[in-house]
Order: sequence, then structure tokens, then C-alpha cells
Amino acid sequence: MLQEESDLSLIIAQIVQKLKGSNLYAQLERQAWGSWEKRILKSLNSMCTELSIPLARKRPVGEQKELLNKWNEMGTDEPDLSLFRPVYAPKDFLEVLINLRNPNYENGDSLSFRTHLGLIQVPLKVKDIPELKEFFVELGLTTGQLGIDDSTQVPPELFENEHVRIGQKVLTEQDSAAAQQYIRQGSPTALRAELWALILNISSHPEDILYYEQLKTNVIQHDLLVDSLIYKDVKLTASNDDYYFVFEDYLYQVLLCFSRDTSVLSHFAYNSASPPKSYIRGKLGLEEYAVFYPPNGVIPFHGFSMYVAPLCFLYHEPSKLYQIFREMYVRFFFRLHSISSHPSGIVSLCLLFETLLQTYLPQLFYHLREIGAQPLRISFKWMVRAFSGYLATDQLLLLWDRILGYNSLEILAVLAAAVFAFRAVNLMEVTSLAAAEAVLADLSTLKVMPLLQIFLFATVT
Amino acid sequence: MAGKVKWVTDIEKSVLINNFEKRGWVQVTENEDWNFYWMSVQTIRNVFSVETGYRLSDDQIVNHFPNHYELTRKDLMVKNIKRYRKELEKEGSPLAEKDESGKYLYLDFVPVTYMLPADYNLFVEEFRKSPSSTWIMKPCGKAQGKGIFLINKLSQIKKWSRDSKTSSFMTQSTKEAYVISLYINNPLLIGGRKFDLRLYVLVSTYRPLRCYMYKLGFCRFCTVKYTPSTSELDNMFVHLTNVAIQKHGEDYNHIHGGKWTVNNLRLYLESTRGKEVTGKLFDEIHWIIVQSLKAVAPVMNNDKHCFECYGYDIIIDDKLKPWLIEVNASPSLTSSTANDRILKYNLINDTLNIAVPNGEIPDCKWNKSPPREVLGNYEILYDEELAQGDGADRELRSRPGQSLGPKGSRLRDAGRTVLTTWK
Repeated sequence: MLQEESDLSLIIAQIVQKLKGSNLYAQLERQAWGSWEKRILKSLNSMCTELSIPLARKRPVGEQKELLNKWNEMGTDEPDLSLFRPVYAPKDFLEVLINLRNPNYENGDSLSFRTHLGLIQVPLKVKDIPELKEFFVELGLTTGQLGIDDSTQVPPELFENEHVRIGQKVLTEQDSAAAQQYIRQGSPTALRAELWALILNISSHPEDILYYEQLKTNVIQHDLLVDSLIYKDVKLTASNDDYYFVFEDYLYQVLLCFSRDTSVLSHFAYNSASPPKSYIRGKLGLEEYAVFYPPNGVIPFHGFSMYVAPLCFLYHEPSKLYQIFREMYVRFFFRLHSISSHPSGIVSLCLLFETLLQTYLPQLFYHLREIGAQPLRISFKWMVRAFSGYLATDQLLLLWDRILGYNSLEILAVLAAAVFAFRAVNLMEVTSLAAAEAVLADLSTLKVMPLLQIFLFATVT
Repeated sequence: MAGKVKWVTDIEKSVLINNFEKRGWVQVTENEDWNFYWMSVQTIRNVFSVETGYRLSDDQIVNHFPNHYELTRKDLMVKNIKRYRKELEKEGSPLAEKDESGKYLYLDFVPVTYMLPADYNLFVEEFRKSPSSTWIMKPCGKAQGKGIFLINKLSQIKKWSRDSKTSSFMTQSTKEAYVISLYINNPLLIGGRKFDLRLYVLVSTYRPLRCYMYKLGFCRFCTVKYTPSTSELDNMFVHLTNVAIQKHGEDYNHIHGGKWTVNNLRLYLESTRGKEVTGKLFDEIHWIIVQSLKAVAPVMNNDKHCFECYGYDIIIDDKLKPWLIEVNASPSLTSSTANDRILKYNLINDTLNIAVPNGEIPDCKWNKSPPREVLGNYEILYDEELAQGDGADRELRSRPGQSLGPKGSRLRDAGRTVLTTWK
């Protein structure tokens, strides 16, 4: 492990060295991602130039000491962030997705797709309700669920007690596969932290803690422009959130380390996107002058910190919190903001959402379209954030239980459609996009499991 | 056919007035015939004072008990609890059981407290036993964190010793009376910050005791990270959770106001500490509230024209033990955030539904037993009449920490039998 640690330091130091006094340039077009990548880098570059801040620099010793002292309360006394702006927000990303076209498909190819009236124009295969019912069979009406059958009106002997007992057994036996199956019915609050760790295969060995400490050292020694973007994001989102403001300082501790974690780059092997690569001025295309920026290849966007925030309700030991988040990111969250054809990728989720709505709630869909309120424009931000910051935390955790249990993000699209179904009556009466947004502005009182159950299993289709 | 309820208030807060107006009640002045008067604590003193002495008629109710200060003044609260404990001990009640070091097992929920200047010498004796301890000085009659400071050296409170030594006739004006309590320097921290709990408790009668707990209490967080370091003892932003103080801090946020719902706290504790210890904590909190009310019940003027909604302040330490800090007779009705406004509006709404049944002209002779449906966000915390109906043998089984029934950790209507077994 020592070798890896010093490699990491070396890599970061090299990056800093290479970036000294330079800007970032994207290699030319590579499918749809190319121009988006260019835009992002352009945004970063201009911020760099306008604010005269380097992309990366080594901190002077005095500054390092100060930061080390402040490590547990970085939320106070923050730098002046007024001139920073998020590199992009979900709605910018949505515009990119809307303009995606797959050159391999002619307009005339898929008849059913020709009648698709949503915003997404890429004909990916998505499940219909019968297939979803099969996929999510454990959410059916005859199976006990946490989030429904643990409510105060239901005697615990009927389901809850036994479910807790089974959960404890799964944990004692450290059976990861069993845990994943078990959690489809939801996790008891007291067991959730351990169950998630078991499913994600996270155990805190000394080397994991050391690795986190190494990342922390990197944060102390080097300052990245991206750090300011992270600060800004936390201040704009989590710090103002009723549930997560308490954990503000943990968010910095996780995200600053995350941006320096080059091991995250390995997820790009199965992410059909690739990290923004940049080249030192004048050396475009020469690999030895290529640099991933930031080191983990992930540029934070507006709302990114909300992926971490809910985890603070479960883990308060920084290295464990870090590991859990990193694993959640490389397994799930990255799919929500990169372009791919994967069934859990954001493009598929958008298409699934729109198709569900158009097929099973056609009147609502047409009405909203008529008044210029394409449903995806409202639900997109929910899905990109995996509903974090929109649902009450206990409900969000029940939802994320099922993401882990089914190893799929499709449930996000189903929930989004279920929310529209739930508020359909009010939505039929609105006459503008703004009014539709207002009807759907507050999801904090929603109970996700009943909504999902009714939408999938109790609606006449 | 009853007429409309006539109301008066000397507290100009929208959460109150909107509630009166939405019931179609009629505003009058205090000189006219009124049915409902939401008073400030100064006014209640006048209404029930021996000199001015109003006679309240059967169709008039007010929102304070005449001598609420037995519970809501810091020194009297402690006096009454100490007296209550001694009485139970004399009776040989199992509730007054002590452990090997002489600490009450079930009734040790108020930090060690002395009155100054009266108990100065007793305090010095205690202070010298643990000279590195920190103590908190609080003026007896003030609120909102005013006049509070921390000390860790006797020299810092010399003023109170001088008084007791030099004057043979002590003029104890309420302004100068202080209580000094052992400071809880190991509070439970979340996100590295200290917080306290504000819980609302409605008492409709003291004898028999009938009280309700508002389900939607909240935690108030400090904006600054907690440190027990002696160099920060005078930084009120670290130590005092009162919103009146925190809102002047640099990092105060007007969106969430540094507040968490009690449900958030519960979720966090269950997730990180486990269900049993969390359930035990909440049971203990309910327990100490009920015990504090029982302690003052014998000395309270149980005037039938009165009800009262108290603001209980509780601190949880890092061993998950709750401590009663104080009880407020006039909990703030100011709203610091949008959520706050909604909460307080609903609090008043539910309080009025219980105190003024059906929104009709009150008759203070009614039995003060509202039907379940009107409780709103309140739940029965303790109903002495019902408890007495359940038989005496329940007492032994009902102490906190022991199993209180299948869902003892949750306050809910079906769990009523659980709570009312306390005697």
C-alpha cells in the first residue's frame, strides 16, 4: 500500500507541475460527449483566467498548517466564493441529452419510437410495466415492505419483527448476496449502515483508513480550482438544506478528498464516457502531456454534494463515510451525469420516465405537453440527484435501499412517474410550466413505497 | 345558541392572531367581557395578584396557571424537584432508589444546582470537590440566554460571596438571584455541534395531572463547532443554543434556522446508535417531563380557568442521558424561518383545539377530556385519571429502561397504555 500511496502523491504532484501556468484543451469531438466536454473545459478555463486562479498549485507551508487546524470546520471562514459559479447545472445537461441523436438510427426505423413525444430522441430499450413488475417483484402488494408495513397502525408482529430478525441474521453471517436480496424489502434504520457496507463490500481495514489519510494529506498540500467549486456547491445546496446543514463539514472532508482520488478513474473503464482529458498548451494530442483534471476525472456540477449528504445520517467516521460514498459513486451515481446506453444511465432513465408517462398516463402527458410543460423538464433534476434534497431523508433512504437491492437506478424513473400519477388531478388543471413546477415543488411529504406500489401494482393499465 | 368567543391578547404575534381569526372569534379589549385571554406572564401576575384580584367567571379561560413560576423559574423548579425527591425517599418509594454513590437512579435529571447568593457556601464546598469543573450561571428570572455566563474559577463569582458575607439582611431582588449549575460539558454532538431540544408540553390540569406532548419538537444547533476548551468559555455561540443568541452569529442561516425536527434526530440516532438506546432515550425524556410536572403539581394553583403550554429545554449528553435544563412559560412565538412559522401556527391551533373545545364559548367546569380526534399533533403524555384506573402494581414495571410494551419507544395513541402506567 505504501507504494500506492507514494504513487498517488507523485501523480498529484506531477499534475500540479504540468498544469503550472497552463490551460486545458479538449481533444476533438468524440460523439455527443465531445462538445459537452469542450463546454465544460471552456467554462473552467474562463473561470481560471477571469479570476486569475491556477487550476492547481502547491500550498505554502503556512497555509497547509492553517488548513490542517481547520480540517473539522472548513464550513466556517470560507474563501470569497462570490465570483465562482457552478460549471454546469442539471438543466444544462438536460439540453445536451435532448439534442442527442444516434446516427445509426433512421427516423423511419422504429415505428413505435416515431410516436414518442417526449424530449429524448434516442431509441433505447426500456422496460414496460409488466417487465417492471417482474423486475421489482418484491415490491408487490403481497410482500411486506419497510416504508409501508412498519407504520404505527400495523402491529409489528405481522412483518416488522421478523424482518428485523432476518436482517440481523444476514449481518451475523456477513452474506453480501443475501443482504442485497433482503434489502429489497427495505432496511430497518438500525441495521442500514451495516447492510449497505456489506452490500457495497466496504470494510474498514487499516489500509483503507491510511488511503483516506493520504488523500487528506493531498488536500492539505495542494489546492485545486475544483475545490472552490465544491465549496460553492456545498454552500448553495447542503448548507441550506433542513436535513443536511448539520453535516456541512463532513461534506468538504469527503468531496475534497474525492476529487484527488485517482482510483476513481478506474470506473471509466465501464463508463462509456471518459474523463475530461486535457493537454498542456502546444502539446495537443501528445499523451505524455495529457492530464486528467481533476485527478479523479469527475467535475462537480451544481448539486453534486447532495450525493454525499444523506450518507451522513448513517456514517460519522470520515474514512468510512468516504469509502461508502466512493463506492456508491462508481457503482451508481456516475451514471446519472454521463451519457451512455446503459439501462441505468440517465438517458435510459429519462426515456423510461417519458415512456411510462406517455403510455400509462396519456391524458396527463398530452396536457402537459400542450401547455409547454414537458414532464421531463420537471422530473430531470429529481433523477439526476437520485431524489436527494427532494424527499424527506427517511424516505430517501428507503428508496436508496432499493437501488442497492436491485442494483439498478430504474426505480428513480418509476418513482418520478409515480409522483406525476399521484398529483395528476392537480396537474390536469394547470396551464403553464411554472404552475406545473409549483404543484411538484414540494415532495417532502411523500411516502415513496406506497407511491411505487400503487403505480406498479395497483393501477389499472 | 352560543355566541362567538371573545378574545384578548397582549402578545402581538401573527401565529396567535391568525388562529383566533380563522375560528371567527371576536377581538375585544381586556376591559370588556372576554372569554379567552392569551396573556404574557406579566399580565397573569396582575390578574391573579392579591391586590387587583380579578374574579374570573365560568366562561373565561387564560393560558397560564397563576403560580406557573414554581415550574418555570429556574430556582423554584430545582427547589420543587429536590423537595419531591425527598418526599418520595421518605415514603420509601422505589422511584427514589439510589445507587452506591448516592445518585438517584430514576430522578437524577437536573444538573447539580445551587441558588446564589443563598447557597454560596454549599456551592463552594461542591466546587472544591472537582475544581476543574465548569459551572453555568443563570439569572433566575430572565430568558433568551440573557445574562448567562460560564465560570471555572471561584474568583469569577466573588460578587455573590461578598453579598452573603457582608450583608446580614440580604435584599434578594429577583434581578440579582442566580442559579449556578454544573455545566454539561459533554453534550452529545452532531456534526461536531452542540444542540438542545425544545419540546412543547400542554397541561390542562395539574390535579388530576393531564398533559400532552407535541410531536413536532425541534433541535436547536449552535452555529459554531463545540469545544470544551477553557479559552472558549465566553464564546456564547459555542455554548448557548438559544436562537435569540445564535441568530447574531456570522454563520446563522435563515432558511433552516439551525433547527432540526425531532424526527430527524430520531432517524440519526437510530441509524448510528441503534433502536434500543434511541427508544430508551426518548422514553427517559418523556419520563423526566412527567416527573417534573408531578413535582410541582402539589404546589400549583390548579385554577380551573387555566391551561398552559410550556417550552421544555432538554440537553442530551454523550452517554445519551437527557437533562432537564429549564421550562419556559412563554415559549417564543416568533418565527425564525418559514417552517418555524408553520410549526408554531399549528402548535397554537392544536393547543386551542384542546383548551377551547369546539371553538365555542368555554365552560371551565367541563371535564377537560378532549376526544382523541382533536389532539392534532399532540399526544397524551400522561393522564393521571386513566393511570389510576389501571391498578397500582404497574408502577414497578413502568420505570424507564425497562420494557414498556411492544412499542414502548414510540409515543402514539395505541401506546397510551404504556405511558399512563407511570404513577
